[in-house]
Amino acid sequence: MKVALLELRRRPGRFVPALVALVLLTLLLLVLGGLLDGLANGSTGALRAQPGQLLTYSADSKLSLVRSRVDAATVAQVGQVPGVQQVGGLGVVLLGAKVPGKSDEANAAVLGYQIPPRGVPAPPGQVGDVYADRSLEAYGVRVGQTLEVGPNQYPVTVIGWVSDTDFLLQGSLWGSEATWRAVLASARPDAVLAPGTFPVLTVLTAPGADPIEVSTAIDAATGGATHTVTRAYAVDSLPGLRQQRSTFNSIIYTTFFVAALVVALFFALLTLERTGLYAVFKAMGASSRQIFSQVVAQAVIIAVVAFVLGGLLAWVATFAIPPQVPLQLTSARAVEVFVGLVVMSAIGSAISLRRVVRVDPASAIG
Amino acid sequence: MPALQLENVRKVYQSGDDEIVALHHASLEVGDAEIVALVGPSGSGKTTLLSISGGLLSPSEGRAVVAGDDISGYDPKALTRFRRDRVGFVFQSVNLVPFLTARENLLVVADFDRRDKKASGARADQLLGELGLGKRKDNLPGQLSGGERQRVAVGRAFMNEPSLLLIDEPTSALDTKLGEQVMELIVSEVRARDTAAVIVTHDLRMTHYADRTVQITDGVLESSD
Repeated sequence: MKVALLELRRRPGRFVPALVALVLLTLLLLVLGGLLDGLANGSTGALRAQPGQLLTYSADSKLSLVRSRVDAATVAQVGQVPGVQQVGGLGVVLLGAKVPGKSDEANAAVLGYQIPPRGVPAPPGQVGDVYADRSLEAYGVRVGQTLEVGPNQYPVTVIGWVSDTDFLLQGSLWGSEATWRAVLASARPDAVLAPGTFPVLTVLTAPGADPIEVSTAIDAATGGATHTVTRAYAVDSLPGLRQQRSTFNSIIYTTFFVAALVVALFFALLTLERTGLYAVFKAMGASSRQIFSQVVAQAVIIAVVAFVLGGLLAWVATFAIPPQVPLQLTSARAVEVFVGLVVMSAIGSAISLRRVVRVDPASAIG
Repeated sequence: MPALQLENVRKVYQSGDDEIVALHHASLEVGDAEIVALVGPSGSGKTTLLSISGGLLSPSEGRAVVAGDDISGYDPKALTRFRRDRVGFVFQSVNLVPFLTARENLLVVADFDRRDKKASGARADQLLGELGLGKRKDNLPGQLSGGERQRVAVGRAFMNEPSLLLIDEPTSALDTKLGEQVMELIVSEVRARDTAAVIVTHDLRMTHYADRTVQITDGVLESSD
């Protein structure tokens, strides 16, 4: 082990090719992961923030917030189901928002709520007041500003910030039910809902109640008029999310494989070059395991250094990328990339095991 | 107890359907603290004999006993342990690790054996001091002269306090004068430690440094004086 560390310290130059390749792969992994997280979080924040364990849609909506309609009578039925503690309506309308002093419109989602989502205060008392998601700062939105939303420029005033609550990559504006209905009436008069009707309900279950059983009971109580699912299921059912995730994950896993391949090829060549040295070590009493552990140690250390340098590059890249690009570097993603890189490097270096085992100590002599 | 006993050792290599006999029933005894020069032309079996004596190869037939231990039947793991604990090698081309200092080259042996670091460090310092390399211990091999490198290699071979030192062609790449200096160094260090040694050489001018010379030709130990 000590020999491996000393070689890394004294001859860093010979490890530069593998290090550079792994730094670039780390950068790619972090940026890809960051984009995936940014896209996923930007699409799902409004649903993830819902306080209820369950979300109730109309049965024919295919879990689409745009298509779903739950009328007042059904809302009352849901509230009566055993195991349901509280029911709150949630409405949404997607439109453009004109920011004072800016030529470009911001993409916004105006949401009306009855039960405050995670991190969102109680609904503002004043119609037209909204809490804005911090993602809208990238469009120049500031607290105290009045934005004009929709084609008929309905004015809403930003009274505070909330975080991680965007919906379908639209910056969220959280207002009272009345604000949402007023914006809907202004922007989409054809889509106005009757009083008491909401696209979706957020359902809080009673302590100790099984959410799955409650969801079945809700749909039974409404005579099949509703489709109630867990919050996680609703999030996964958002359009395009699964496809997006599987596409990005395919690229990420392929990149991990390439990292293993880079390490495997590099250390295979290095081991070939060191055959004479390993023969001398074996002649002096080193076991194949001891020599191989040095190879793995070097691969892992290179992976760790590459992760640090690649992480720094990715961090710098976040300043160069326009704020509208949904890139989010999260600690969970960083840990995943770190562990993946270290594991794949160790696996890659394991390709050299056969060659190390086959080094004949007798070749040190003669 | 003899440091080395080879009894009717035969070594056969397979080359396709052919058998190549490298050693023909070779028998040799090297006494405790005795220095034996093994001379012979290329391909005579010197290296095979040295490799079997050092546990690098196992004999096809016969017995190899080092300091009382019959290593003929040792499995690869046992041979690894044996080499680590019982023998020291000085290789033909010195074979120092180029990115380790003189002191670290000695400590490599202790590192493989997971010996006490403090004691190993003290032994390495002592050996380097005795070899006149006390002030050069932090130099890399590339910063040392040929003779100094040879001395480091000798020190490394003594690190594990071996019962038997095996030295492969120590003067092959050196001119006569430097070759004699190296042989004097090796022999004086071996004698100072009362260790047995087998020195393989094809250079007959160097045999007078040994207590005894053994000739090997075509795998047969022919004569000794």
